[in-house]
Amino acid sequence: MAIEISEHAPGFELPAAGGGREALEGAGAAATVVYWTCNHCPYALAWHERMLDADRDYAARGVRFLAINSNDGERYPADSFEAMVERIESEGEWPHPYLHDPDQAVARAWGAEKTPHVFVLDSELRLRYHGAPDADHEDASHAAAYLRESLDAVLEGREPEPATTPAVGCGIKWR
Amino acid sequence: MSRPRVEFLWWEQCPSWERALEELRAAMSDAGADPGAIELRRVGSERDAERERFPGSPTIRIDGEDPDPPGAGQPTGLLCRVYRRDDGRASPLPDPDKVRAALGRALVS
Repeated sequence: MAIEISEHAPGFELPAAGGGREALEGAGAAATVVYWTCNHCPYALAWHERMLDADRDYAARGVRFLAINSNDGERYPADSFEAMVERIESEGEWPHPYLHDPDQAVARAWGAEKTPHVFVLDSELRLRYHGAPDADHEDASHAAAYLRESLDAVLEGREPEPATTPAVGCGIKWR
Repeated sequence: MSRPRVEFLWWEQCPSWERALEELRAAMSDAGADPGAIELRRVGSERDAERERFPGSPTIRIDGEDPDPPGAGQPTGLLCRVYRRDDGRASPLPDPDKVRAALGRALVS
């Protein structure tokens, strides 16, 4: 079960595939998008460019994006930290950090279930939306509409409608 | 018209299998073949996956051939399969045009 709408999101500090560490708290963002993704899931890959585009489009409005991979990298080597680093190097810089959750504690604390699973937080780091980026992984024209609509609502001080949608994708690969 | 052997292999934890099977059944019907002849095989364990040389869910085989063959880097095992469209996009579903083309070839061979 995911954390509840309006609940303060559990904090974390995780290593980034691009180097260094990133913490949830202390950034002072107008809104924060935390989403679970990975290297090997076709759903995560299908939505990937839409997530990067959303970051580029909302960065100027003070929105911060953080991607997290919590999959078991031992059973699924394509999702090891080394594979995450290789991916960042081969694809070029992402507009946001790609974080590794090696003991899966953050995924469990947040109740993340799928890749992708998107969480939108307000400026106080309270949950305002979680679910899928949009309605169809096959159709890029959807352009992460659920995510964008929820961000617009948060930035304008409204409640996203809907506040939740079913996350669609591969289950997180638990240890 | 010949009657090709059509196999559909899936792992239930990857949700794209239902849509892929629906599309395969439609392709069979449109081609004049019996959708009820599809051999459905659930892959439920790593042992099953190894035995089937399973490159992920869903996988279709028509007379033993994969209509949208896996790329060189595609691992095998219990996972959702990554399909690549001709324009490079990733998808959890096989390209329906490739499935229909392979089915058409098999039916006339």
